[in-house]
Amino acid sequence: MGRKTLIPIGPYHPLQEEPELFKLYCDGEIVRDIKWETGYNHRGIEKLSESKSFDQVFFLVERICGICSTSHPFAFANAMEEIAGIEVTDRAKYIRSIIGELERIHSHLLWVGLAGHFLGYNTVFMWAWKYREPILDLFEMITGNRNSYAMFRIGGVRRDIEEDKIPEIEKAMGDIRRKTDLLTGAVMDDPVIHARTKGVGILTKQDIIDFAAVGPTARASGVAIDVRKDDPYAAYPLVDWKVITAEAGDVFAKAEVRLLEMYESASIIDQCLKGLRKTGRQDISLKVKEIPAGMGTGRAEAPRGEVFHCVFTDGSNSPARHKIRAPSYVNIATFKKSCVGQTIADATISLAAVDPCYCCTERMAVAYDISTGEKMMNARQLIELSNRRTAEIKEKII
Amino acid sequence: MSRMTIIEEFRKEHGRDILEVTEISHKRMTISVEPEAILKIAEYLFKNAGLRFIIASALHTRKGFEIHYHFSKDEIGLILNIHVILDRENPQIESLSNMFSASEWIEREMHELFGINFLNHPNQEKLISDGNWAEGVYPYRKEFK
Repeated sequence: MGRKTLIPIGPYHPLQEEPELFKLYCDGEIVRDIKWETGYNHRGIEKLSESKSFDQVFFLVERICGICSTSHPFAFANAMEEIAGIEVTDRAKYIRSIIGELERIHSHLLWVGLAGHFLGYNTVFMWAWKYREPILDLFEMITGNRNSYAMFRIGGVRRDIEEDKIPEIEKAMGDIRRKTDLLTGAVMDDPVIHARTKGVGILTKQDIIDFAAVGPTARASGVAIDVRKDDPYAAYPLVDWKVITAEAGDVFAKAEVRLLEMYESASIIDQCLKGLRKTGRQDISLKVKEIPAGMGTGRAEAPRGEVFHCVFTDGSNSPARHKIRAPSYVNIATFKKSCVGQTIADATISLAAVDPCYCCTERMAVAYDISTGEKMMNARQLIELSNRRTAEIKEKII
Repeated sequence: MSRMTIIEEFRKEHGRDILEVTEISHKRMTISVEPEAILKIAEYLFKNAGLRFIIASALHTRKGFEIHYHFSKDEIGLILNIHVILDRENPQIESLSNMFSASEWIEREMHELFGINFLNHPNQEKLISDGNWAEGVYPYRKEFK
């Protein structure tokens, strides 16, 4: 092979505005190799978690990801309830699932919009983000926040969904179905989108197994894994729904899976609202006095795939060790398969097709100087470090 | 393949390497094994029993360095944790990355944060702190303050 040209995407993604650095090694238009650098914005959440009480950890893990901010508290609650050996009330289960599914709808809409933007199809971008707004308004009505909802706690949820709010949520679900019809029509029947996404960035079943990819990325390649079905939690075993899969494994199949999943989410929410009416007045949170020493593994199906939390406790009120695995951690690694051999223009949408969330993958320790015991970084030093690193990367690349 | 079949087959194939079996619930199980046997055990779980590798969690405790390899049998919702304890002074274990790519990053991360050496890893360079962290300082070890 002749000389390869290095095309960098990063250290901040020009479109997704998140820290990552992809190095595409190209031969003419064709990508021959890809390398990924991370660690540009580490936050040290796993280490930080060890210094927080269990109640505080919820707020911490909620900030791992801005888009699917409830998936991490969901998985953490599942892990902690496994250690404590408690089962929450049906009402709390329904509320948890409603929050989880509303989040899936708004996250998938965000992705569809971004994917349109990547392809230069800005109408889809504007439509999708416009339709996403009412979902965020629902969050504001239910939780008080458009994002980072602070709904979860060990033993249940923090806020109830009162009877008078239910009709508004039901109306919004009807609206979102009609809007998804429009969007699905625009995406699935558009010849330009077909040309740009069909046969692009294909991941085979074997690739999925090898990289242990999860979520819509796996389901678009015919691997029907979904934690909500496989290891049911919250209200998912109480309602009727199906796992959406596609066989092609290309970018189009991933879009198809996400769009169809939104209908399932709307149906789950409708059934959960009916369930809420049935449960009547029931506690939304149980009192949990003590967390025994032990190990708990909790998982939840985030919009991007399985979130996994493993918590080790020692009988105190904070985790002894807290391991977090976000879905993007395994999904991003598939780029080696989906992008190599593609043109540069197709590589960008292939990179976006797994709906990567770089925030979830960026974790690192807070550093202290051993000799003085002081923090090694203050804000000024961090900015200096950031400037220095940018200069270094520029020097390496240019 | 049911949970009992997996465990029975596992005992038949690797009985000598098993140190302890802890059943946490009907969907969670931890099996402590000899670290030397990790490669053939992982091979059995991944290739024969069809389990998916989720991730591995490393810990630094009084016993030394511990790793929990989390595997998932999605059809039955089982999480099987394979637990090994490594030497305190010279923590090292065979890498699984030549078998499946899913473990490549997490092994690099554990090497970087805990100083655990993964033998025959295809590329054990730093994953997250390349160029902005001192060599030989491991932030997730207990002695790190």
